[in-house]
Amino acid sequence: MYDVIVLGAGPAGANAALEAADNGLKTLLLDEQKVAGGQVWRAKSKSILKAPSTEASEKGDELRTKINQSAIEVKFNSRVWHIEKQDDDTWLMASDAEQLTAKALIIATGSQERIIPTQGWTLPGVIGLGGATVLFKEHMMVPGRRTVVAGNGPLVFLVASEIIRLKGTVAAVVSLNNRIDWLKALPSMLSNPSLAWQGFKWIFKLYKMRVPVFWQHGINKIEGKEKVEGVTVIKVDHNWHKSDQAEQYIPAESVCYGHGLMPAIEATRLAGADHHYDELLGGWVPTIDKYGRTSVSNLYACGDNAGILGVSVAPMRGRMAALAVLEDLTGKKHNKKDLKIFDKAKKIGLAATALSIPRSGLQSFITKDTEVCRCECISRREIEHEIKTGALSPNAVKSGTRCGMGPCGGRYCSESLALITQHISKKTRSEIGLSTARSPLRPVALDDISNEIDYDKLPIPGVSPL
Amino acid sequence: MIERSVEISFEFDGKNYPAFDGETIAAALLRSNVLNIRNAPSGSPRGIFCVMGACQECVVEIDGIKVEACRTSVADGLIIKRAHDV
Ligand SMILES: Cc1cc2nc3c(=O)[nH]c(=O)nc-3n(C[C@H](O)[C@H](O)[C@H](O)COP(=O)(O)OP(=O)(O)OC[C@H]3O[C@@H](n4cnc5c(N)ncnc54)[C@H](O)[C@@H]3O)c2cc1C
Ligand code: FES
Repeated sequence: MYDVIVLGAGPAGANAALEAADNGLKTLLLDEQKVAGGQVWRAKSKSILKAPSTEASEKGDELRTKINQSAIEVKFNSRVWHIEKQDDDTWLMASDAEQLTAKALIIATGSQERIIPTQGWTLPGVIGLGGATVLFKEHMMVPGRRTVVAGNGPLVFLVASEIIRLKGTVAAVVSLNNRIDWLKALPSMLSNPSLAWQGFKWIFKLYKMRVPVFWQHGINKIEGKEKVEGVTVIKVDHNWHKSDQAEQYIPAESVCYGHGLMPAIEATRLAGADHHYDELLGGWVPTIDKYGRTSVSNLYACGDNAGILGVSVAPMRGRMAALAVLEDLTGKKHNKKDLKIFDKAKKIGLAATALSIPRSGLQSFITKDTEVCRCECISRREIEHEIKTGALSPNAVKSGTRCGMGPCGGRYCSESLALITQHISKKTRSEIGLSTARSPLRPVALDDISNEIDYDKLPIPGVSPL
Repeated sequence: MIERSVEISFEFDGKNYPAFDGETIAAALLRSNVLNIRNAPSGSPRGIFCVMGACQECVVEIDGIKVEACRTSVADGLIIKRAHDV
C-alpha cells in the first residue's frame, strides 16, 4: 500500500510525486509513456542518438534526473484503466495486469485535444496539432509534406514554426482567431515564457518566411481520395460560423489541425469527483479547492486536467496537491507562500486558454455527411435525427446511434456531439452534461484483464479491441 | 545535426520499408509517406491521427494481435499487417 499514487508524470504529476517523496510519503508515479515529461517535456525516441537540445528537452532531462535521484517509485509504460474507492476508504487502481492500492490519489492526466470535424477530416494525412508536437519532440520529424496548419489557440503557431525549424514546408496557416484576439492576450503574456507568448514570436517568424496566414478563416473541406490532396479555406464570422464569402483552394499533402485543449477528466470522473463546466478553464473540470482537493476524500487533481493553465503553473500545481496530501494524511502544515505566486501565474495561463475557447459557430463546419464519430462512422445527419427525436443527453445519443462507443472511448466526438446538441436544443453545456464515466480508461489487452485482476469485482462494460 | 540509429527494415501490408531502429511503426510509415494504414468500418481510409495512443486510428496487426502503430516500436524483419475489423 502506497501513501500516494500519482497518475501522470507530466510537469504537474512528476512535481507532485517529487514533493510527496521529499516529505517522506511512500510515493508511486505512473505513466503510460516510456519516461516522465508528459506532453510538453516529452522525451526523444531511442532512434535519435544525437540532436540539438531545445528548452523542452532540457527541462525534461532535468525532471527525469530529479526523479531518478528521488525516493519515488516509478512505473512507466503502464496504462491505468480502472480506479475505484474500496470499502476501507483506500484507492484501488488497475494498471495493465496489476492491482495497486494507496491511501491517496493524485490525478495529473493532463489535457486532450479538441478537434471539431470538417469535411474530409478522416483522410490519411490529417493529424491533430498536439499529435504534430509528438512527431517533433519524439521523432524530430515533420507531419508530412506540404502542410496546412489550422485551427485556434497557441498550438497553431507553435506547430507551424516547428515544421519550419525541422525543414518541412508550411503551405499556409489558417487561424480562426483574428489578430485582435491575439492582441487582447498580449498584456497578460508579456515577459512570460508561456506557450502563447512564444506564439507571438512564431507569428513574426512566419511572416518573415512569407508563409501565407489566413486570419479568421477555417478549413471548409479537406480534399482527397485516399489521402490529403488539398484544402479549401473560408472566412468565418466572430462566432466562427462559416461566412458566405468565396473559398480558396490550397494544394497540400498534410493537414495539422485542432481547436485547443480540454482537461483530460476521465480519471477524476471515474473516481467519482464532482465536475463542472468552466469555459475559461477549457471545459469540464473537477471541482477543486486551491490545493487541488476534489469533492471525494483523498482524491486530488493537479495540472491541465484540473483546468488548462499550461506548463508555467503545472509544476506548482503539482507541489500544492502533494502538500495537501501531506496535510490530510499526516496533519503536517506547510507554509502557503506558493499560493500567491500561483494566483499571479494563473492569469497567464487563462489568457492562453482564452485563445483556445471554441465558439459556437464551429458547428457550421460539421456538414450533414461528415463523420462525427470516427470509430463507428456516425454522421451528423444520424446524430441530428436522434437529437430531434428526443435524445437530448449524450447518453441518449450514444445508446441510440453508438456515437462515442468505439475504441477511442468518445474522446474525439464528445465535444462535437455537445456542440450539435447545443445548436439544436439551445441548452447550455452544463445542462447538456456528459455521458456516464466508465472503465476502461484506456484500451486494455484482454490478457491483462483476465490475469491477476479479480475481474468479477470490476464493472467493465465491454473491452476495446486492443 | 540529428544523428539517428542504424537502419533496419520491416514489412507492412506485404511491402518492405526502411526504419531507424527504436522508432515507432507510425513514424517509420510516415517517413516512407505511407499514410493510409487502416480502413474504418465504413471502408474509409484512415491514418495516424492523435499520435499519442488515444484515438486508435493507427491500429495494425502483428502476429494476429492488434497494436497501436504510434506506441509500438519497429524491429528488424517485423511483419505488420493491416488490421481488419477494428
Ligand atoms: C498532444 C499535446 C501536445 C502538447 N504540446 C505542448 C507543447 O508543445 N508546448 C506546451 O507548452 N504545451 C503543450 N501541450 C499542453 C500541455 O499539456 C501542457 O502545457 C503541460 O504538458 C501540462 O502538464 P501536465 O503535467 O498537466 O500534463 P501532461 O504533460 O499532459 O501529462 C499528463 C501525463 O499523464 C499520462 N496519462 C494520462 N492518462 C493516463 C492513464 N490512464 N494511464 C497512464 N498515464 C496516463 C500521460 O501519458 C502524460 O504523460 C500539449 C498538450 C497535448 C495534449
Ligand atoms: S494515432 Fe491515435 S492511437 Fe495512434
